[in-house]
Amino acid sequence: MNRALVLAPLWLWLTIFVVLPVLLVAALSFSTAIEAVPPFTPLLASPDPANYALLTGDAYYLDAFLKSLLIASVSSLCCLAIGYPMALAIARAPERWRSLLLLLVMLPFWTGFLLRITAWIGLLRDDGWINLALIQFGIAPLKLLYTDLAMYIGITYAYLPFMILPLYARLSRRDPALEEAAADLGATPWTIFRTVTLPLSLPGIVAGLALVFIPAVGEYVIPELLGGPGAQTIGRALWNEFFANRDWPMASAVATALLVVLLVPMTLLRTRE
Amino acid sequence: MRRGRLLPAALIAGYAFLYIPIALLVATSFNPSRLTTVLSGFSLTWYVALWHDRKLIDAALLSLRIAALSATAATVLGTLAGVALARFGRFRARGLFASLISARLVLPDVLVGLSLLLLFVQSEQIFGWPADRGALTITLAHISVSLSYVAIVIEARLSDAGTDLEDAAQDLGATPLSAFLRITLPLLTPALLSGWLLAFTLSLDDLVVATFTSGPGASTLPMVVFSAMKLGITPELNALATIILLAVTAALGAVWLLQRRLSTASTLR
Repeated sequence: MNRALVLAPLWLWLTIFVVLPVLLVAALSFSTAIEAVPPFTPLLASPDPANYALLTGDAYYLDAFLKSLLIASVSSLCCLAIGYPMALAIARAPERWRSLLLLLVMLPFWTGFLLRITAWIGLLRDDGWINLALIQFGIAPLKLLYTDLAMYIGITYAYLPFMILPLYARLSRRDPALEEAAADLGATPWTIFRTVTLPLSLPGIVAGLALVFIPAVGEYVIPELLGGPGAQTIGRALWNEFFANRDWPMASAVATALLVVLLVPMTLLRTRE
Repeated sequence: MRRGRLLPAALIAGYAFLYIPIALLVATSFNPSRLTTVLSGFSLTWYVALWHDRKLIDAALLSLRIAALSATAATVLGTLAGVALARFGRFRARGLFASLISARLVLPDVLVGLSLLLLFVQSEQIFGWPADRGALTITLAHISVSLSYVAIVIEARLSDAGTDLEDAAQDLGATPLSAFLRITLPLLTPALLSGWLLAFTLSLDDLVVATFTSGPGASTLPMVVFSAMKLGITPELNALATIILLAVTAALGAVWLLQRRLSTASTLR
């Protein structure tokens, strides 16, 4: 095979569809919104940092960034807490069961993002399944939908497979002999876990955390559908600038800032691979 | 051994967390009452209503077309990229190439959507193409996202398989191209299948990128579902979810069985 013949179209594709669009976002963030088609002043005609002044000056954007980082941190830790025991249990299951157990983790992921949120709305709404159960037990119904709690549950639910898969990949490659040796030398199961299993799975933990954290920071749909009005995330801010205010340059400035914030965990993920 | 029981319990609890919402949704879809929690028997009311919902059906057909087209193109390009990553050794700027491929996997949807929209708008300004946005621009956007997923699947499969068989074929006089076509490609069949299926579902599932890159008139299924959800869930959506769930389970089950048969066959040989 002629390598250049394969690589050339791929480089061309990646340049046009990955590099160029991101550069366009960065360039547009220095334009100004106007009433026209398309609704902005020509790119780089007269670069104006006004959008960034607003971004750093207005507490609305800073709060949205902090809120998004908080949501992403809490959600990725929740995914770790639920996902680690699951990944370990699958990795220790008999080999012929493993692919089926993994398939069961992936199945909800394949059924569609919006439909999984639909399922949670059915549970959490005021007349939903959880409140129905509470009333059966004589407990007053709770306001669950459109709260931060609902949003955290939704994000954890949606991104759990992204945590389990890299953890499993790491844990399934561990050498059981190390754990057996520790046990032979008298270590308790907890000590073995703390001193052998956990340290060896650290790269999987970092990869899983990054794979949940990165998309969760920019998440728009779940805060919009499950979170309350207080869940003003950066994804929602970007969406509203673009669709509600038709301020494409401001949306681009938000997107550029988002990308810069995400470069840290993205680099972490790449160097770990 | 206390831990011996703790882990399976955590696994079962995890699966309960994953599946209880889905099970309740399926149950709700057969309930004729509009109130989720008034269980008044078994009925296909909402499936019939779904069947007559022209807007939803049109959107589903558009989504299926876009998904099939983008998955096929992404599988072709993604396979080339996966082969390049797994088999071309340390080619020029390989690190950058790999970063650009994997960047797409982790960039937030809002950023991908906005950036691709700007690409299409600028291209229209300069070249007059694409004249309007709709199915075509959504398809292109989906190809560019799915390509990365396919590339990762293919690369993983090729790295697992090693190069022994291809080396042997070349030692026996096959040209690199015929070794690729007759050894590597058949070896890749399960990975190609799951790559295509992954790309297909990603496209079918995408709301954010499609909303950014679409134009007036072209509404995909997630776009229609999303606007319905913002107005409040109708029981029709539960019926739709149940149908998709069934289709996905059947497709995944078939792929899983196929993969198992192929891997059993190769160990027997």
